[in-house]
Amino acid sequence: MSDKIKVVIDGHDLDVDKGTTILDAAKSVGVRIPTLCHHEDLCVAGNCRVCVVEVEGRKTLIAACAAPVEEGMQIKTTTPKVRRARTDIMSLLVSEHNTQCTTCYRSTNCELQDLAAEYNVDSERYLSVLKPGIEVDKSSFSIEKDDSKCVRCQRCVRTCAELQHVNAITVSHKGKDMKISTFMDLPMNDVVCVNCGQCVTHCPTGALTERRYYHEIWEAIGDPDKHVVINTAPSVRVALGEMLGYPAGTRVTGQMVTSLKKIGFDSVLDTDFTADLTIIEEGHEFLERVTKALKHGEKVALPMITSCSPGWVKFIEHMYPDHLDHLSTCKSPQQMFGALTKTFYAEKIGVDPEKIVSVAAMPCAAKKYEANRPEMNDSGYQDVDAGLTTREIGHMVKQAGLDFINLPNTPYDSYMGESSGAAVIFGATGGVMEAALRTVYEVVTGREVPFKNLNIEPARGLQGIKEAAIKLENVLPAFDFLEGVEVKVAIAHGLKNARTIMEQIKKGESPYHFIEIMACPGGCIGGGGQPIPTTDEIRKKRIEAIYAEDEGMPIRKSHEVPEIAKIYEEFLEKPLGHKSHELLHTHYVKRNRY
Amino acid sequence: MDKLKRVDIIFGAYTAEKYKVLEATMKKSSEEIIEEMIESGLKGRGGAGFLTGLKWKFTAGEADPERYVVCNADEGEPGTFKDREILTTVPRKVFSGMAICAKAIGAKKGFMYLRGEYRYLLPDLHKELDIFNEHLKRFGLDFDVEIRMGSGAYICGEESALFESIEGKRGEPRNKPPYPTVAGVFSKPTVINNVETFVNAMMIMKYGAHEFKKLGTDDSRGSKLFSVSGDTPKPGIYELELGMTVEDFVNEFGDGDTKAVQVGGAAGFCVPRKKFKDTIIGFEGVPTGGSMMIFNSSRSMYNVLHNYIDFFEEESCGQCTPCRVGCQQLMKGIEAVKRGEKQSGYLKQLLNLSDTMKITSKCGLGQSVANSFSSIVENFKEEMIY
Ligand SMILES: Cc1cc2nc3c(=O)[nH]c(=O)nc-3n(C[C@H](O)[C@H](O)[C@H](O)COP(=O)(O)O)c2cc1C
Ligand code: SF4
Ligand code: SF4
Ligand code: SF4
Ligand code: SF4
Ligand code: FES
Repeated sequence: MSDKIKVVIDGHDLDVDKGTTILDAAKSVGVRIPTLCHHEDLCVAGNCRVCVVEVEGRKTLIAACAAPVEEGMQIKTTTPKVRRARTDIMSLLVSEHNTQCTTCYRSTNCELQDLAAEYNVDSERYLSVLKPGIEVDKSSFSIEKDDSKCVRCQRCVRTCAELQHVNAITVSHKGKDMKISTFMDLPMNDVVCVNCGQCVTHCPTGALTERRYYHEIWEAIGDPDKHVVINTAPSVRVALGEMLGYPAGTRVTGQMVTSLKKIGFDSVLDTDFTADLTIIEEGHEFLERVTKALKHGEKVALPMITSCSPGWVKFIEHMYPDHLDHLSTCKSPQQMFGALTKTFYAEKIGVDPEKIVSVAAMPCAAKKYEANRPEMNDSGYQDVDAGLTTREIGHMVKQAGLDFINLPNTPYDSYMGESSGAAVIFGATGGVMEAALRTVYEVVTGREVPFKNLNIEPARGLQGIKEAAIKLENVLPAFDFLEGVEVKVAIAHGLKNARTIMEQIKKGESPYHFIEIMACPGGCIGGGGQPIPTTDEIRKKRIEAIYAEDEGMPIRKSHEVPEIAKIYEEFLEKPLGHKSHELLHTHYVKRNRY
Repeated sequence: MDKLKRVDIIFGAYTAEKYKVLEATMKKSSEEIIEEMIESGLKGRGGAGFLTGLKWKFTAGEADPERYVVCNADEGEPGTFKDREILTTVPRKVFSGMAICAKAIGAKKGFMYLRGEYRYLLPDLHKELDIFNEHLKRFGLDFDVEIRMGSGAYICGEESALFESIEGKRGEPRNKPPYPTVAGVFSKPTVINNVETFVNAMMIMKYGAHEFKKLGTDDSRGSKLFSVSGDTPKPGIYELELGMTVEDFVNEFGDGDTKAVQVGGAAGFCVPRKKFKDTIIGFEGVPTGGSMMIFNSSRSMYNVLHNYIDFFEEESCGQCTPCRVGCQQLMKGIEAVKRGEKQSGYLKQLLNLSDTMKITSKCGLGQSVANSFSSIVENFKEEMIY
């Protein structure tokens, strides 16, 4: 049985698998067909009609992204008819658009702009049908929504529904009034949105962007009274380069530190430090729960689930408010960092915490919201003053006029600049779990995890839900109750997969002890604040870079970082101790479904 | 009446015994039914005019055993009101047609998607369904019809949007392929037909393809219901043999001063007086789902067109660019020309735009805007400008 189909595209004869779209078939022979509503992460929509091609014998043009090839099709992608139609469609899009490229945040990284330029669209061809009086929704801490720049491709809607299972935004009205709305058209801040920013990274235009805070940060940097500290998350160093002239997957850690110093931050620190700290705290929390359950027969919530991803945290708060006890009480590394910056760090360097501005460079949009959660002020101040995305950092580097590629490398400052490879891998899906296992296994058995080179392969890769099991044998005496126990863990990324995990828990059928969940597909390297575009190919490259960074680190395990040992000695006393609880742990809020 | 042949098949009296035709058809095999349907040459009465027998055959030939029959009773095309009449007076024939289809394609479940405004018909339809179900039991046919209410959007009459709506989603047309025969409602093989098509199917079973074919032309077999409205002394619903010219039609229904006839509703074509003689109403000329709107010389064709575009601008689902923005541009464009803000040459550009809409829109709505737009603008250009 032959499942191959013969077609001709622009003179190329080709044999492709049944079910292949014209778009993909064309790509395989190097013919690029323009697209707008298409995104490889999402189901086919076929609504922008920019990708139309001519098929011999057909009266109408065919949308290449939506049409599977059929035997014998003679396809032409650049006939005058096709060009005229595409130009006409792009002119229509422009006529509906609030074209303000000179001031638009997405300028030079906008698919509509690229297409309109490529086809040299005449903006005067049609009358403007831009709706008057559209206001930008700036209500959310994380997301800005500007309907006047929306091309109605529904990529955001599909993202929020298919990848994230949140459905915060959807299509409302019809005909000329059709638009992307929230529930009851409420402001973004008042609807069930988890601030993950995936809609932003999937939006082709400037209609959805992260709320920017860098103006305030530039002001603070310029203020001699302020001491401005920035910490950078693991996945920023493997993605920032994409905005500044490097190919995807380039590690730019040292150059990033240099650029931030040149921008004027008083201190450039590493979020990896609190990622390591998270492992210590969360690892002990896990062991405490397991001890209670297995040794003392107490009722504790297992599986325990990680809490580093604020999009995930808000998701569970809205969708599974009765299961919040499964969440680790650990704050995310960003929030631990903030709390320590204005206490431990302030003390160390002798600066009044009042004068400290604590900034986090994050791959994430939800971190902005998280920084503004009312409970996040355990230092006595707002722990984190601003979360900036990788994209904002990229913009700041450009604004500073730095020649990034030619910058030298600089190491992180101290204190809170030292870290392990286990912390770096937080950036990839499975990384937190791998880091935790490296530590927990060793605490329990006194030996390293039984994986070659410490690389826990089952935890790695882009599969939606990953599972692993490690048997505990020859344990240390303190953990004799764990002898022979097989620890089962799971890893989910993308909230669609998180829902699958939670449904198991809800039904009481979860076989796991410990689960890592990240809101964004691929984990933080695919976060809502990362450079656009993000595709699986790019996710893979960023992930490779993350693991390469880990392998290159002298220390690969969180519990072996000297600065971590020191902070317990000098400040925190012991894991899960009084100070830790005060500064590094938090509680969660039951929220509604609407 | 001269060249116009009135017939009385659709609204003809029921058989003395209930569901007699259906009972007789149950004895036929699926192949026999489909064969007969193909032989009849019946084309769908909902507007697009696909061969009904073929549609059934394709669906019957699918591998998935779960299939559906859907009756499109959304009747949204401006100027049609014949399905309402069928459902009011002879619903039994519709259900019979659906059951015949179910037998032919092996479906166990049927949906009737009823226009929201026809909700008042529900009690009577349910009463008839009860009788229908009793008889199905007697024939041993495992088939059940559920009536689903539309909620007022014209686009939900488009088959794939209708499926989405039945599935509880927003009524947005899908990409095709896959066609309904392969993946219709719940992504299962589905036959969707217009109300009148199902009645015709039943009539073909009653009288035979042979009799059915005696009426009409090669391309347009049988007779068809016409909803006649506008400047006519006798508006209403008429069953006429297919194949007449617009002239025949105007002679019968016009008021003596007919300037144009809009055949097929807002999505159809405007035929001006000078073309009455040469235009056949049917698939060889201008097809229609039944809507016939007559305009006399007191009417402004600019207003007529304005009205249609206004309708499309509102009733487009809005998902695809050419239709959503194109409709708005056509509207703004003719207004600007009328007000003198754009030169008359702009009409040419708008005609090109309507061509783009025709070949690039995702569904039949956007694709058919050009029908009325170009036929009105081209034939009544002065009225657009002055
Ligand atoms: C915008 C639009 C609206 C439609 N509305 C109706 C309708 O109200 N009733 C109908 O029978 N068909 C309607 N159709 C046609 C259907 O999509 C479909 O072709 C028809 O139901 C098939 O039945 P038939 O083959 O019996 O005509 C519409 C099509 C379009 C594009
Ligand atoms: S969204 Fe794109 S096209 Fe629109 S103003 Fe911004 S850069 Fe320009
Ligand atoms: S930020 Fe996430 S949850 Fe909110 S609308 Fe966008 S995709 Fe949906
Ligand atoms: S907001 Fe962006 S992704 Fe969503 S429909 Fe508009 S342009 Fe597309
Ligand atoms: S042509 Fe119009 S009605 Fe059809 S899918 Fe496109 S926007 Fe919707
Ligand atoms: S990319 Fe194919 S229709 Fe939008």
